[in-house]
Amino acid sequence: MKKLLSLSLAAVLAVSATACGNSDTAGTTGADNTDAPAAESGTEAAESGTEAEGAVFKIGAIGPTTGAASAYGTAVMNAAKIAVDEINEAGGINGYQVEFNPQDDEHDQEKSVNAYNTLKDWGMQLLLGTVTSAPCIAVEAEAQADNMFLLTPSGSAVDCISGDNAFRVCFADPDQGTASAQYIGENGLAEKVAVIYDSSDVYSSGIYDTFVAEAANQPFEVVASEAFTADSKTDFSVQLQKAKDSGADLVFLPFYYNEAALVFTQAAGMNFAPKWFGVDGMDGILSGVENFDSALAEGVMLLTPFSADAEDELTKNFVTKYGELYNGETPNQFAADAYDGIYIMKAALEKAGCTPDMSASDICDAMKTAMTEITVDGLTGSGMTWSAEGEPSKSPKAVVIDGGVYVGM
Amino acid sequence: MMKNLNKTTKDNLITYGMVIAVYIIVEILLKAGMISSLLQGLLVPLCVYVVLAVSLNLVVGISGELSLGHAGFMCVGAFAGAFFSNSVKDVITMGGVRIFLALLIGAAAAAVFGLLIGIPVLRLRGDYLAIVTLAFGEIIKNVVNVFYVGIDGSGIHISMKDKVSMGLAADGDVIINGPQGITGTPKDSTFTIGILLILVTLFIVLNLINSRDGRAIRSIRDNRIAAESVGLNITKYKLMAFSVSASLAGAAGVLYAHNLASLQASKFSFNTSILVLVFVVLGGIGNIRGSIIAAVVLTLLPELLRALNDYRMLIYAIVLIAMMLFTSSPAGMAFRERFSLKRLRERTKEQKEEQ
Repeated sequence: MKKLLSLSLAAVLAVSATACGNSDTAGTTGADNTDAPAAESGTEAAESGTEAEGAVFKIGAIGPTTGAASAYGTAVMNAAKIAVDEINEAGGINGYQVEFNPQDDEHDQEKSVNAYNTLKDWGMQLLLGTVTSAPCIAVEAEAQADNMFLLTPSGSAVDCISGDNAFRVCFADPDQGTASAQYIGENGLAEKVAVIYDSSDVYSSGIYDTFVAEAANQPFEVVASEAFTADSKTDFSVQLQKAKDSGADLVFLPFYYNEAALVFTQAAGMNFAPKWFGVDGMDGILSGVENFDSALAEGVMLLTPFSADAEDELTKNFVTKYGELYNGETPNQFAADAYDGIYIMKAALEKAGCTPDMSASDICDAMKTAMTEITVDGLTGSGMTWSAEGEPSKSPKAVVIDGGVYVGM
Repeated sequence: MMKNLNKTTKDNLITYGMVIAVYIIVEILLKAGMISSLLQGLLVPLCVYVVLAVSLNLVVGISGELSLGHAGFMCVGAFAGAFFSNSVKDVITMGGVRIFLALLIGAAAAAVFGLLIGIPVLRLRGDYLAIVTLAFGEIIKNVVNVFYVGIDGSGIHISMKDKVSMGLAADGDVIINGPQGITGTPKDSTFTIGILLILVTLFIVLNLINSRDGRAIRSIRDNRIAAESVGLNITKYKLMAFSVSASLAGAAGVLYAHNLASLQASKFSFNTSILVLVFVVLGGIGNIRGSIIAAVVLTLLPELLRALNDYRMLIYAIVLIAMMLFTSSPAGMAFRERFSLKRLRERTKEQKEEQ
């Protein structure tokens, strides 16, 4: 018994030790911004005359920068940091500098609420986060009680923005499922559709549910729906075989690109070549997976709000900057959502004319109205607007992978 | 008066007194507004982990069996309690009554699972038992993960496939949504309820330990053959400790579920079981007061180290090792022996007598 005990304890230590592997990531708490003179004397600030020396907007962010979901949290923190630095260089928001404080939640509800309370003690006025859905629901309940403004870059579950204080940058899960079903139906892409989804993942099963519901109204038939779970996401041969046997001519894959890469590789091995259709989690398939032959992803269709290969000035600028600062990595849609998130906050703060001396609750009240009035052009869509419920209105772009690049459809 | 009490009773009173003293101090500080939001948010989780650690100590320390499935029972309790609260959210509006009933239901559900699992499993010993409890914990987690339960006018609908196949009417509410778990549980857990639960747990566990049954359980731990030879029913006593522990873990789960707005089965993986086991081991196997202190310290530590960013995990691990060496290694014990308060007191007394 003693042996097993010491073994299990050693396992715990090993887990905790690996969890801190990426210590060089978004660790800066924006402390370097505090000493900066508060605004190069913004005009509004001078007029109001209330500017306290060193007054800054305090934006907190919560996301998993360690643990299994750290890829998403790290991307968000990195991108948000870029946006904050850009804003500070350009003179801040309403003439005030912005201080940014990212906190880790390890993709755990409980830790996320702790992180939220830590940020509250720090004096947070606006919250960017949280990155993942389940913790976001827990934090939103707290934020709603405190009347704290919450903008989640990527919390896509419906309940993430249950209160009127909460808004989001990404699409909600149901919207993606419905939009995908409509797109397939309206463009006559297939008659028989198979779905493979991750039943243990909120994002994937959320999209699946609405896809199937909407499919009933569309001129195609869902002939197979095969689930896998986080514990068995390396072997898809059973699901693929069933999809193949059902005679599907299109397979819908509502999950992230890491698993999708395995699906494509294994499907090629069994000579199964239907049309593939993905959602925004598929973005990253071309560059995000090591040792993946991107030729296998040829012809894959996906709905995505962001593509790192887009040619517009904003995207190019962001992708270059992100690569320079973070070891040449290509930003994914999480990063893009976060970058937009900071600029959306800026736009709404300017619209509402908020100043850092306002309390978090007052800022939140002002932001509730301002958010419905602004229109933002960002990386993940142009002309984005928000409803009072907090849902963004932007249209997903359908792209197809052709010759190793995204081509609009 | 204290002199007339025997040593165990005195010891137990100190444990109760410690919990009550902490409660009073925290309440005063809360009233004075001197506690940070972080600590305020941590009060209920602290109670949850204390209850878990104390209840697991009953199995690991007193009955001497290594259980790695404690989070599974917590999961059963959490889901049973949260399901109840969500179903009657509109009927019972008083938070206190609702969570009281939820606690009873959660504890009962977990006790039933404890019994069901205990009957076959407790016939095993040592490492085998540990591995099978680990497996059962994971089974519970995965089974809860595939359940879809909803309520509409015509009653409760259950599906194990997906949300759509439940056939819920339009006005129905999905309560357990598969892997997405339960959202929107009313936030009924308070620090006071948490402390009450700790006191009840202590009362049950300490009384069980010092009762006739408790002595039987300990004798089985110390020498199974001797215990069997005097006619003790081994499985019965082991099962008693195991199911009481499971039901208390279920109650802790209810408290946990009513503190957060979203509840998912994935939280209750074996990592959580091991975390609780770490509390028990570091607090001292069989030492109830030690479990309480270890649970509090080790839950607070990673949060208080937040300022160190990602290094906090490393420091947490180092602190774990240091604590283990200090409490359990021969050198650490000798060190404590030499510098313990009791020894110091005795030494000064001796010196005085010499003079």
